[in-house]
Amino acid sequence: MIAFIAKRFSAAIFVLTSISILVFLIFFATPGVDPAARIAGRNASQETLAQVRATFDLDKPLPERYLSMMDHLFIQRDLTSYVNRGEEVWPQLIQAVPATLSLVIGASIIWLLLGIGLGVTAAGMRKSWIDPAIGVVGIIGVSLPVYWLGEVVNLITQGRLHDTAFRWVPPLGYVPLTENPGQWFLSLLFPWLTLSLLYAGIYIRVIRGEIVGLMQEDFVKTERAKGASEKRILLKHSSRMSLITVVSLFGLDFGALVGGSALLTEVVFGIQGVGRLTFTALQNFDLPLIMATVMYAAFFIVIANAIVDVLYAWLDPRVRRG
Amino acid sequence: MTDREPAVQVLSESPGRIARETLAHDRRTWIASALLLFIVVLTLSAPLYATYISKTDPFVSSINGTTVIDGQEVSVLQQSTEGLRIGVNPIGPTWRIGSYALGADNQGRDVAARLLYGGTNTLLIGFTAGFLTITIGTLLGVIAGYSGKFVDSFISRILDVIWAFPVYLLSISLSVVLLTSGFIWGPISLEAGSLYLPIFIIGLVYVPYVARPIRGQVIALREREFVKAAIGSGAKNSQIIFREILPNVIPSVIVFIPMMVALAMLTESALSFLSIGVQPPDASWGTIIKDGLGLLYTRPLVALLPGLLIVITAVSLNLLGDAVRDALDPKARMRGAV
Repeated sequence: MIAFIAKRFSAAIFVLTSISILVFLIFFATPGVDPAARIAGRNASQETLAQVRATFDLDKPLPERYLSMMDHLFIQRDLTSYVNRGEEVWPQLIQAVPATLSLVIGASIIWLLLGIGLGVTAAGMRKSWIDPAIGVVGIIGVSLPVYWLGEVVNLITQGRLHDTAFRWVPPLGYVPLTENPGQWFLSLLFPWLTLSLLYAGIYIRVIRGEIVGLMQEDFVKTERAKGASEKRILLKHSSRMSLITVVSLFGLDFGALVGGSALLTEVVFGIQGVGRLTFTALQNFDLPLIMATVMYAAFFIVIANAIVDVLYAWLDPRVRRG
Repeated sequence: MTDREPAVQVLSESPGRIARETLAHDRRTWIASALLLFIVVLTLSAPLYATYISKTDPFVSSINGTTVIDGQEVSVLQQSTEGLRIGVNPIGPTWRIGSYALGADNQGRDVAARLLYGGTNTLLIGFTAGFLTITIGTLLGVIAGYSGKFVDSFISRILDVIWAFPVYLLSISLSVVLLTSGFIWGPISLEAGSLYLPIFIIGLVYVPYVARPIRGQVIALREREFVKAAIGSGAKNSQIIFREILPNVIPSVIVFIPMMVALAMLTESALSFLSIGVQPPDASWGTIIKDGLGLLYTRPLVALLPGLLIVITAVSLNLLGDAVRDALDPKARMRGAV
């Protein structure tokens, strides 16, 4: 088991290193792209370009620049932004984390409750109209563009109805929990619901499919033969088994969202989180900040992947040998 | 026992035929196909609509344009009558075919015509990028799973890296770098703002979603007796891949098609919404939503309609995907969507 964990985590380190090299190459070595011209802006003169190259060490060889950036990012932790000169990237990133965490944790509670509740109900009511009805909810959930749903929600809560029915909804933006817990909750309520509808759709479909598949397994037949009621089989056995899938899926989704995949929701609702920070950095070609946010995002995903794999190996010894 | 049916007839029920019959008897197949066909025909009629019915050029702004409603000439952009009376409001839906039936956007362009043209691009990118993902993913999955050893570790490592790179961050990074500069590498050159860029970017980032499960299947297939028998009888690798392996992974590949097309379409619209997908003067449903944001509270239809069309198309594709999966029933599982 320890050998498996060691192997899994060395693979994680390899993936993280590769991602950092990949990001670096995308921005500095894509054929036909001149980073100096991008940083200097359109129609910059030759002198400005030369100046930009000198300031940002763009004329030094790629490996040297890569190592220097990694050194400043992880060892000295004093990497500074290209755009806001002198501003360090770590504090910017750390400042954005609470908003993203608030958004993702709240949304994940809602989608887990909805996904598990409706998924189990659908699997248990396969002979009535309730199953197809829940199926429709699930399929709409996975087919919605989240940014568009967010705009529709804004149209309802911030538009004409804002003066009457939705007077209690604060204007777009994030209010820190430590500043005003009530406003924190209200400002995040609709972003939570928007983000969770999409994921609830995915989880409803996965959980229902998983339970329906498990209902044909031998252990369920044994339970039936022993005289267990269908309700008991559903709630005590199948649902519990399907949780293994839910836990692994949740690990990956949560990791990706905390890492910045909630970017569209953050942009639409004006929440200054990690996703929005990453997007601004990408638009400004602010490579140090991009490197920091992408490494931070990849870190969460890779760690979530590794934890899920180790949990699986712990639950199922066959995986360890593979 | 004399009237027992001959055994031959039972044997003729091939898996493919059973799947086709199940699919044909599934109501979802017909609803989804009808909706998709309707939307495809509708968007393909865009040039006809613009030339013969709306008689406007949906790619040129017509700020001083006029249209005729009930015999009266009305300007397309009107002085705002709300609040501080600053700025202009584009004309709202007139519900009259031929004269801005669904209203105009903030540049005085016919919303209905733009919706149809935008749909052509969204569907084109969705289908081509989706099929690109499926083709590359299947190819890599089969090669990695069948070769094993060094080739497998090499391909798997690359897939691991792309897998761990958040899809949206990877596609946004590539789009930001490539869209303004284009891509020039040896004989391949794509100009900035080309439609091929989002197709290639979206097509590539989802490859691990297909390649990883296919690779797993191929590894399992390699251990099966019929493949071992083929290897033992001295069949060439290419023969084993095309005669034994591929026919057995095709069902999973087919199940992936509608889902990947839906995913590619949703990704395209998200990138376009962030202004790093389809570039003006071209339009897609995503760019129209973005353009409609400034009018969200005055002319909400401009942003609502393209989103609604995206939802209808994605629902049809996912519905079709469910029907196909239930008919073929391989254990195809996908990681969470967008």
